[in-house]
This record gives sequence, C-alpha cells and structure tokens, in this order.
Amino acid sequence: MAVKEFTTPLDLEAIRADFPILQRPVHGKRLVFLDSAASSQKPRQVIDTIVDVYETSYANVHRGVYHLGAVATERYEGARDIMAGFLNANSRNEVVFVRQATEGLNLVAYAYGRTFVKEGDAIVATEMEHHSNMVPWQYLAQQTGATLHYLRMTDDGRLDPESLERLSDLENVKLVTAAHVSNSLGTINDIPALARWAHDRGAVLVVDGAQAAPHRRVDVQALDCDFYALSGHKMCGPGAGVLWGRERLLDAMPPFLTGGEMIRTVQLERTTWNDLPWKFEAGTPAIAESIALGAAAQYLQGIGLEAIEAHEHALVAYGYDVLDGIDGVTQYGPKPPDRAGILSFNVGDVHPHDVAQVLDSEGIAVRAGHHCTQPLMRRFDLTATTRASVYLYNGTDDIDALAEGIEKVKQTFGI
Amino acid sequence: MMDDFYRENILDHYKNPRNHGHLDHPTATAEGVNPLCGDELAVELEVDDGVVTDIRYNGRGCAISQAAASMLSDVVKGKRVEDLAGIGKEDVLEELGIPLTPIRLKCAMLSVGVLKVALSELTGDPLPDEWSDPSSGIEWKSA
Repeated sequence: MAVKEFTTPLDLEAIRADFPILQRPVHGKRLVFLDSAASSQKPRQVIDTIVDVYETSYANVHRGVYHLGAVATERYEGARDIMAGFLNANSRNEVVFVRQATEGLNLVAYAYGRTFVKEGDAIVATEMEHHSNMVPWQYLAQQTGATLHYLRMTDDGRLDPESLERLSDLENVKLVTAAHVSNSLGTINDIPALARWAHDRGAVLVVDGAQAAPHRRVDVQALDCDFYALSGHKMCGPGAGVLWGRERLLDAMPPFLTGGEMIRTVQLERTTWNDLPWKFEAGTPAIAESIALGAAAQYLQGIGLEAIEAHEHALVAYGYDVLDGIDGVTQYGPKPPDRAGILSFNVGDVHPHDVAQVLDSEGIAVRAGHHCTQPLMRRFDLTATTRASVYLYNGTDDIDALAEGIEKVKQTFGI
Repeated sequence: MMDDFYRENILDHYKNPRNHGHLDHPTATAEGVNPLCGDELAVELEVDDGVVTDIRYNGRGCAISQAAASMLSDVVKGKRVEDLAGIGKEDVLEELGIPLTPIRLKCAMLSVGVLKVALSELTGDPLPDEWSDPSSGIEWKSA
C-alpha cells in the first residue's frame, strides 16, 4: 500500500468532543461510526437546544397570547431565518418546515405535480435516485398520465451525458429531478447544468439535497434549482427537515396538507389559505425539532461548510485508496476527487449483511443493503453493497479501522 | 457474543452446504425472496409414503440464510411429513445457536419459511398466519 496523504482543515479532536455518543464504546470497542449518510450523530449543542426548548421556551406556536407562546414562536421562526441563510434563500417565505426530505419531495409531487403536470407531459428523473425521489414521481406519472423518463448512469456511476442528449427532443417536459449527491455512490451531480436543461424546456428542477446539504455549502440561488429538499437528521439535527421552493412557485401551488395553521379564514363552505410559508405547514409543527435544526445549521456554519466539504473529500480520497489496496474489495461509483463522502463496496462474494455483521463486532457501524436504490443496484447487477459514509467527526483512524475490519471479514470467510 | 457470531459450524454449513442443488423429480417445491437484502432461497422435497426421503435447497444470500437452510435440511430429511407440522422458528434458532437481531432473523427464517410453503402445498393445509403475514417482508411462491 502506498502512503496515503491526508490533510484536513478541521480540528477533529474538538469536534469529536462535541458528540457524546462517540465517547461510548460498542462491544467494548471505540465506536467507528460510518453510517452518517443514513442518519448523523448529534452534537451536544443540538441536544442541549432540545432540552432547553422544553425546559424554558415550550408552547404551541403562532397562537399563544401568553409569554411562552410568543417565545416559542420567536424561536421557531428564528430557526426559519437560520435555514433561509443556510440555503441562501431569497426570502424566509421560501423555507417550509417538513419532517424530512421525503416529505418535502412528496409536497412538491402533490402540490406542484398534481396541479401543473398533466396527461401527455413528461417528467425526467435519474436511475441513481433514492426511492424517496423516485417513487413520488412514478406515482405522479401513474395518476396524471404523464410519462416518466430516466437519465442513465455511466459504468462509473455518473449521470450519462448521452442520455441527456437522447432526451433533448422530448416534448412537454414539466419537471426534472435529481439528487444533488447520490446516497449509494457519492456521485455529485451538476445541478446548475441540469437546471439550465430543465429551464430551457420550461420545466422546473427539483433537487433531493438529503446527501448534500449536511456536507457542503448549498446556495439555492447559485444552483438555480426550483425546489430543494433536505433532512435535518442527516445534518446533526433531529427529525425535522426543510423544503425550499421559489416563492412564485410556492405561491402558485395549492396546499399539500390542510387543517390548522395553514388557513386564514374558515367558513363552513370554504377556506382561504394562509400566507407563505405557513400555507404548507398544516397542524402543529415539530417545534423543538425545527428549533434544534436551526441550532444544527449554526453548528455546521460555525465549523464551516467549506471546511467540512474539504475534510470529507480528503477523507473519501484516502478511504478509496485504502480500499483499493485491499485484495478482493470491489468499489463502485466515481473515483475521487469527483466523489462525496461515501464509499460503496463488496468484499469478494461475501454478502454485505455478513460484512456489516463482522464489522459490527469490531465496533464499526456501516450500512449493508440496497440503500433504498434498487434500480441503481440492478444497473450494476448487484443486490446489495456495503456502504461506509463519512462526516465531520470521522478521521483516517476510522478508515484504518474499517480496513482492519475488512481483513477480519476476509479471514472469517476464507478470502 | 458478536465474536462467535460466525461460529465454526455456521461457516462450515455456509461454505459446504448440505443437500444443496436440485432434485430430478421433486414432489413439492417453494421459493422465497427477501427483497430487503436480496436473499433468495428455493426448496425441493421428495416425499415417498409420507416420508421426506430427499430434500434440496438452492439460492443465494448471506451466510445466515444459507447456513440455516443447510442445517434445516439435515433436520427435515427422513422425517414424516406429519411430524414436520410443528417445525418453526425455534428449530432454526436452536440449530444456529446464536442470538439474532430482527433484521438477521429474517435471513434465518427464509429456509423454514419456504419449507412451510412447500409442506402446505403438499398437505393442502393452509399456511399458518405467522408465515403468510405480508409484514414478514418475505415473498413466498409455491410451484
């Protein structure tokens, strides 16, 4: 194995000290957590915020005449301002709190899709999508009679430019959608280019940002997309997420869910809708979770999204090299540097469940399976892979532990 | 506990599966798929005068699903069909001899599940709820 180079702008020791769970051993060993792409761990700052909300500031929002109601509302709306800044939104009215990216994408599929996509129209998605950004569009196509087309992948897991070319004469394209970063392969998609392609055809671009927003600076204006969905639980936050959408589009859309909070006046026969963004926030929202999502965004901003991205890019390059040097390991997806912090691999013909089980015995947490991307797996003739994903609290020691764990897998199964 | 997860006998059954392959003239067959992890398993039974005279498993998947099938095949072979009515999860767990998390339990139960489907086809008895429940996440298919 060649000597791997690794430099990082992050103070890893200080960051790890922020995450209480990383101090707890698993099976008597140091926890090597390499599954942040599924859900990230939480820093003390976020945990403290949740406790603080419930201990000092909790009441329902937008209703209370009393002091606590006003404080809770101020903190909840303050979190919206933080998230607007986090995404560089034009306006706070464009930031809708949802449960997670899945709900945000469904909001678009229902409220935008069922209003503006009609029979005979075309929807364009990619075959690398997470099921959460594939199934809503399949369902939309089935219900509206629109056709659904897929951009294909190259053998190294990038979007195939030729497949975009092949669809260039497609008519009535109303909606284009893609992941910013692939959760299975770490592929980084060129969102501004897809936005141009969509806008040239009068279509909107919907971006699944679940794997990007936690790891890199996202500027929705620079990306030039029309909708962007993220999950708070993957970015050091709790179970709350954000759907960002262009104000004129959100304005033109009917509500998704109806009920309390999203109304202005209700008569027995009819109702008028609340202003943006509350039009899309029916019912009591996840108050403490949304406030803590704001705290998570501030935590990441404090460290610096650019620094986090640089750290992960260096680490995934290191990891790719290390795995490349292990006999019997096959890796999938683009080679670094064109790759976000996700390693996807198999060890000989050992089933990924068995790989993950052996790694678990060493205190190493990885994901094994199809990663909610069954069509992507079929594209590469796979049923499953083992996935190791890194975040700001991972270091080369985690990758080295993974490499040792893989040696144990090979030993156990005689490879 | 984790260190002896892949005990020698499990690895032995995985690497050298007993009764693996196909029968020339099976009396009953069934197959199952766990879409979650892509495990696939099929069972073929040869029954003569109420006795399972031969059995074959074939498929692909993780060590637990394949080893469990191999172990179970030894248990089933030579038994009377009526004596197999009560065979179930516990028998597989006893053979494996290790504790399993719910996710891995599904891997282990694929083998006994396809056996139950094949037996129900053979006897005409309905598949017990425990095995026909779609929440098991496993898709069964009988021939």
